[in-house]
Amino acid sequence: MTALGKLFRTTTFKLTLVYLTVFALFAGFLLGYFALNTRRLIDEQITDTVNAEITGLAEQYRLGGISRLVFVVNARSRRPGSSLYLVTTFKGQPLAGNVTALEPGVLDNPGWTETTYRRLDETEGPDHPEHHALVRVFKLPGDFRLLVGRDLEERERLYRIVLSAGRWSVAIVIVLGLAGGLFVTRRVLRRVDAMTETTRTIMAGDLGERLPIAGSGDEIDRLAENLNQMLERIESLMRGLKEVSDNIAHDLKTPLTRLRNRAEQALRTAKGEGDYRSALERTIEESDALISTFNALLMIARAESGQVRDDMKDFDASEIARDVGELYEPLAEEKGLSLRVEADAPAPVRGNRELVSQALANLVDNAIKYAAPAEQAANGAPAEIVVRALGAGERILLSVADHGPGIPAADRARAVERFVRLERSRSQPGSGLGLSLAAAVARLHGGELMLEDNAPGLKSIIALPRGGPVQTAG
Amino acid sequence: MRILVIEDDRDAADYLVKALAEVGHVADAAVDGEDGLAMALDGQYDVLVVDRMLPKRDGLSVIGALREKGVDTPVLILSALGQVDDRVKGLRAGGDDYLSKPYSFTELLARVEVLARRRGGRNEETVLRVGDLELDRLSHLVRRGQDEISLQPREFRLLEYLMKHAGKVVTRTMLLENVWDYHFDPQTNVIDVHISRLRAKIDKGFSQPLLHTIRGAGYMIRDSAR
Repeated sequence: MTALGKLFRTTTFKLTLVYLTVFALFAGFLLGYFALNTRRLIDEQITDTVNAEITGLAEQYRLGGISRLVFVVNARSRRPGSSLYLVTTFKGQPLAGNVTALEPGVLDNPGWTETTYRRLDETEGPDHPEHHALVRVFKLPGDFRLLVGRDLEERERLYRIVLSAGRWSVAIVIVLGLAGGLFVTRRVLRRVDAMTETTRTIMAGDLGERLPIAGSGDEIDRLAENLNQMLERIESLMRGLKEVSDNIAHDLKTPLTRLRNRAEQALRTAKGEGDYRSALERTIEESDALISTFNALLMIARAESGQVRDDMKDFDASEIARDVGELYEPLAEEKGLSLRVEADAPAPVRGNRELVSQALANLVDNAIKYAAPAEQAANGAPAEIVVRALGAGERILLSVADHGPGIPAADRARAVERFVRLERSRSQPGSGLGLSLAAAVARLHGGELMLEDNAPGLKSIIALPRGGPVQTAG
Repeated sequence: MRILVIEDDRDAADYLVKALAEVGHVADAAVDGEDGLAMALDGQYDVLVVDRMLPKRDGLSVIGALREKGVDTPVLILSALGQVDDRVKGLRAGGDDYLSKPYSFTELLARVEVLARRRGGRNEETVLRVGDLELDRLSHLVRRGQDEISLQPREFRLLEYLMKHAGKVVTRTMLLENVWDYHFDPQTNVIDVHISRLRAKIDKGFSQPLLHTIRGAGYMIRDSAR
């Protein structure tokens, strides 16, 4: 496609053409209307003047006969800028006046006619072309003919003026319109081309690219901004996906390798049934851990895809806090921690009860895992974990607070990511997916997972909007 | 007990048939939905183990067809789709229990046995007894011999579930599902701690323990003296 062809095909250019045609037609119509009215006005003026003169001259004739008429006509004919006069006998013999070379037959028909003529004081020739006039022939008593008329030069000049004005204005409209249209089109085209170019780069795989924004805040900018936001989202999703696959590859490969090594070692070194048995038992334990990691991953993927959204019901977050607290209380006690639930007031919320329970369970599980009494004692705080459910404005907060080592502020964002197990926690069992799952569940409900300093310790909060996630279209 | 396994993965079906035979059950296998339905309608089975995704006719539709014909053989649904909504769909279609893949054989066996027992008459006695342990489901009283044992509400439900299935292995997942109504896998084995608390209340001080841990499988309440 040639550059020009592309230009002509753009919407802007087509719009320009439409506007151009409309404006040209409008200008033509305006001029035509103006010309028509002016012509009518001029004609009226001529008619009035001629009628008045004829009345006057007829009166002279009535008073003083033909000789007086001839005298008056001759006198008037000599005035500069005079009208056209001719007095003839019934045979057409001129008696007085200032015109000749009328079209034949003009004098025979009384009334209004347009005719060519020549003034008497002009000689025939190319210097003096024929003029046009609007004349009235009046039959006087005694069969004399009186012709009075006005030159139409004025009207014709007006015609010429209008015609040339018309030509010029149409030309100007076309030139300006075309130039403007081309300018705008090219500007738009340039920006669209830039966007197309960027899109191609993005399609080629560079998701970091962004569409250019001119800064004018116009519709193209708005479009580009929205597309950029979309790209942002896609990029973060893609990055997440890539990280997940990297992490899955890493975190599943490690236990799988261990599994394989164990089996291999058992085959190589086992001496008796007992050895085989214990090797197999360890293999099963290892597979179970793998399966639970896998389930957690699927759960997160499921929560993030939003599929579970159809399954939301109203439930009481306080009840969940109490149930989960009850489930974990013996475990906490066994570890030498006291687990307290503060969830007396009902905290109704809309969502998936099972997932929210699991998310909260993960937080409690983490707290028990990491906030060992020894750690808490080092912080000089009582060895306790507090599970709370309370309403705060438009949100319901489910929180788990411990006095353990906490997470340094700088690490908190990272801690929520999949598989991230901060250095210290590597020795603890678990898939490293607990916080990610809690975060995914919170997001699914249109809420968020917040990690805060419990001074000392960690406070993890699942904040859920009371009404559940805002329903998106579709 | 006669068990029909409807599962299209031949290896998995063979493994199940063999393993079920090893523990003393008679098991048949069908590899697609149509065959499975015909066999289930034909034979006298105590429990059906049905995979959800089957060639020719999917698992849920097999169950639906069975229930429509008035066959109420308990069904354990097997599925790779293990999420809450899938489970709900499976149970709504007429399944009695739902187990997601990959599963352990002990888990499957425990569930199959519980299902078969459920069929043998709704276990609705008001007083459950195991040895000298007695649980009254109406008055919520628990006694061992002459001693009254005071239990928390959840402990009561835990014991009730175990006693309802006395003599059968009950897995941790089954307890979590039936006593707590949670269908997820808590990362730490919280159930063990609840069991040891319960054990402290009902077995401590008695020479004959009733609540047993079955290694690699779960728990069982049983009068070992008998």
